[in-house]
Amino acid sequence: MKVLTALFAGLLFGLGLLVSGMSSPDKVIGFLNVTGAWDPSLAVVMGGALMVATPLFAVANRRGTAWSGEAICAPRQQVIDRKLVGGAMLFGIGWAIAGLCPGPALVNLIARPVPVATFLTAMVVGLLLSRRD
Amino acid sequence: MAAALPDLLYALAGGGLIGLAAGLLRLATGQIAGISGIVREGLRGPERGWQLAFVAGMLIAGTFAAVRFGDRLSAGLERTSLPGLLVAGLLVGLGTGLGNGCTSGHGICGLARFSKRSAVAVATFMVAAMVTVYLRKLGGWL
Repeated sequence: MKVLTALFAGLLFGLGLLVSGMSSPDKVIGFLNVTGAWDPSLAVVMGGALMVATPLFAVANRRGTAWSGEAICAPRQQVIDRKLVGGAMLFGIGWAIAGLCPGPALVNLIARPVPVATFLTAMVVGLLLSRRD
Repeated sequence: MAAALPDLLYALAGGGLIGLAAGLLRLATGQIAGISGIVREGLRGPERGWQLAFVAGMLIAGTFAAVRFGDRLSAGLERTSLPGLLVAGLLVGLGTGLGNGCTSGHGICGLARFSKRSAVAVATFMVAAMVTVYLRKLGGWL
């Protein structure tokens, strides 16, 4: 059941990225290019996502347990440290080089296998290097 | 502004779908729909079944898009060279690993649960990305 729900959620998430236009690096760079012909789409996508996700997260939080009976997991980390800020900075720079973050990369893998697999391979190396524990 | 009204309506609707996906995963399983974390846990375990299923769902969506629209929905991907993609991917992997999340984990799930850490992360990666694009323009590399 958990696996089926995750499959469905992944499908919805992927369709959302495609419908919203966010699978296109041109749209992402258009948003980041604040001193040029600015494209507000990415902010609208985030706004739309938060309008739906925020109430659902609040319901989940009030329930305390998921439909599966498992706890609603809260990330253990609470402090704002150099690792968080430095990591977010590196991510922002990488994001702005190709206009790709992890979600859009996965969704574009089938349409453009060679460039996306190149990006994803390097991303996995980076992910594994950052967490050697 | 470089976006027509229909584009913005698609952006709103697509965003709604993303929010629905994240909210559904949270309600049904208690988990966070953060793609970088899902990829990492999917590779490393210990429990990896649902993460692989989530990725499979995204790939099904991508397959549909590729069959129906070819590579139109990923316009702009061709602008970055393979070495550029390697550097970008490495930085995205390192950064999301160290910072515990990307645009989905921090930008949507984190903000939806009012996490202060996520708010700081989102502000940081947005500014870093905007400055990087600005520097690329200055250098004539955009």
